[in-house]
Amino acid sequence: MTLRRLWRRTVSSVMLTLTGICAVITASALFFILGYLVWNGSTSLDWNFFTKLPLSPGELGGGMANAILGSAKIVALGALIGVPVGFVAGVFLSEFGGKSIANIIRFTADLLNGVPSIVIGILAWALIVVPTKHFSAWAGGFALSLMVIPVTLRATEQFLGQVPQALREGALALGASKWRSVATVVVPAARTGIMTGIILGVARISGETAPLLFTALNNQFWSKGFNEPTASLPVMIYYRAISAFDDFHRQAWAAGLVLLALVLVANIAARMVLARGAAAQRG
Amino acid sequence: MATMAPSVPVRARTFFRDFRGGDQVAYLITFLFAASILLVTVLLVFELWLKSSLAIHQFGFSFLWTSTWDPVEGQFGALPFIYGTIITSLLGLLISVPLGVGAAIFLSELAPPRVSNVLNFLVELLAAVPSVIFGVLGMFALVPVMRLYVQPALTRAFGWSPFFKGPAYGVGVLTASIILAIMVFPYIISISREALMQVPREQREAALALGATRWEATWDAVVPFARLGIVGSIFLSLARALGETMAVTMVIGNDPHIAASILAPGYTIASVIANEFSEATSDIHQSALVALGLVLFLITIILNGLGQLLLVLTAKPGTSK
Repeated sequence: MTLRRLWRRTVSSVMLTLTGICAVITASALFFILGYLVWNGSTSLDWNFFTKLPLSPGELGGGMANAILGSAKIVALGALIGVPVGFVAGVFLSEFGGKSIANIIRFTADLLNGVPSIVIGILAWALIVVPTKHFSAWAGGFALSLMVIPVTLRATEQFLGQVPQALREGALALGASKWRSVATVVVPAARTGIMTGIILGVARISGETAPLLFTALNNQFWSKGFNEPTASLPVMIYYRAISAFDDFHRQAWAAGLVLLALVLVANIAARMVLARGAAAQRG
Repeated sequence: MATMAPSVPVRARTFFRDFRGGDQVAYLITFLFAASILLVTVLLVFELWLKSSLAIHQFGFSFLWTSTWDPVEGQFGALPFIYGTIITSLLGLLISVPLGVGAAIFLSELAPPRVSNVLNFLVELLAAVPSVIFGVLGMFALVPVMRLYVQPALTRAFGWSPFFKGPAYGVGVLTASIILAIMVFPYIISISREALMQVPREQREAALALGATRWEATWDAVVPFARLGIVGSIFLSLARALGETMAVTMVIGNDPHIAASILAPGYTIASVIANEFSEATSDIHQSALVALGLVLFLITIILNGLGQLLLVLTAKPGTSK
């Protein structure tokens, strides 16, 4: 009897320790990634990286200035198209939509969210690259916009749903029409959460590579406007990493560090804003 | 108010009608934006079908189970890619499910709330790391380790079985699976943790009161309660792993052959699209690649649907956030 008890206790503590080890392993993965990137990236990063154009294979030096600007252009396009669509659609789901229509749209958005990014790339290629017959920042931006829509929609709907019903009723009781109460009372009350969701969505698309491979393609030079093949940081990292040149590998590390820093800073900032908003709401 | 009453009704009625009209307009505008999501999704299915119809007509369903992929000869079979996609994802889950569920149990049952929140925050940051960065780390950090230590060791220990045979290239199915495992940790952990935290307190207390140890209470009373949520997280992770492109492309070796050995190089659907799409010149090559995209789309949609359904089934009204 006591032996069995001892056995059960041992099993319990062993298994519980194991779950702790699991947690440590998974969390340390992030530290490993960060540490390794910072280690290799910081030694590779120099001023040229931000100011110079890429050089051809074999030449030492050069940078990714065009890819940095290109990424900014493509991501800005994606956000400018995707965020309003996702936001307004989210307002519809939360405030205006009837039950069945809202459910259909919600289901479709979830479905779109689950579509592999490379397949999104195929759609942007079919809709923009094929008719215009050339790769462009437009096509890349469109592909990214499709990935930011579901994220924005989710955040908008979720945080609008958390706004107390009394606020809506108060606005309506004061004689505001429905859209006025939504625009001036409900949405402002949820703005911290919605902004957070948007920042997270934009951070996510700024690291996407697959949908850009055959929409924005790549470019060794500056691209004028939005109608030319455009370089972007993630795509540049990919081609630099799979090339056979050490100096290109060095640049891949540098670009990787820059990209990861951007994405993580956006993520941490968004979550801190959200945490502060929640604390303020609790009083 | 009372003195204004006679003049108010007429003006008020038109005034309010306009505003109700405003509501109609607002409804219409927001509805159009929402409907555009529906439209895009329908377009997605339509374009995938349209642009792959050439390959579908030429090869029919045999596209799915022939294994020659020869762009020069115009022969296209999807089997090596389907196999590679499924085997890497399943192996990846085999690694990440025990670790992920273990970590989720620790975070929800054992860790003090503060520690749990910090660890969860770290795990969510891990989910934000772009896929191409996992690829770079995989190529330069994981592949050499696999080639020099892990693969030779596995061959020495299990070389008698066909699954661990062959030269150590470093790249290959197992390497891709490990990268995938790390990439889907966050999904398994945060969704499972959420499901475990929704289990009522009484469930734990009842088990403990009956004399169960802490582990028995967790494993026999709490985990079964949250099992649908955990299974849901596994489905969603599987769908993510199947569609993962960049990191896998960079470490799998990109070789369209089916080998029994998990150390051998392979190829996945997403990888071949990434590698060949922008350079595919013949119509039939392009069409075959889109057909692969359609296959991938269908697989992930089905898995996602099942996962979402399971999550909906577990989320009880009132407890879900």
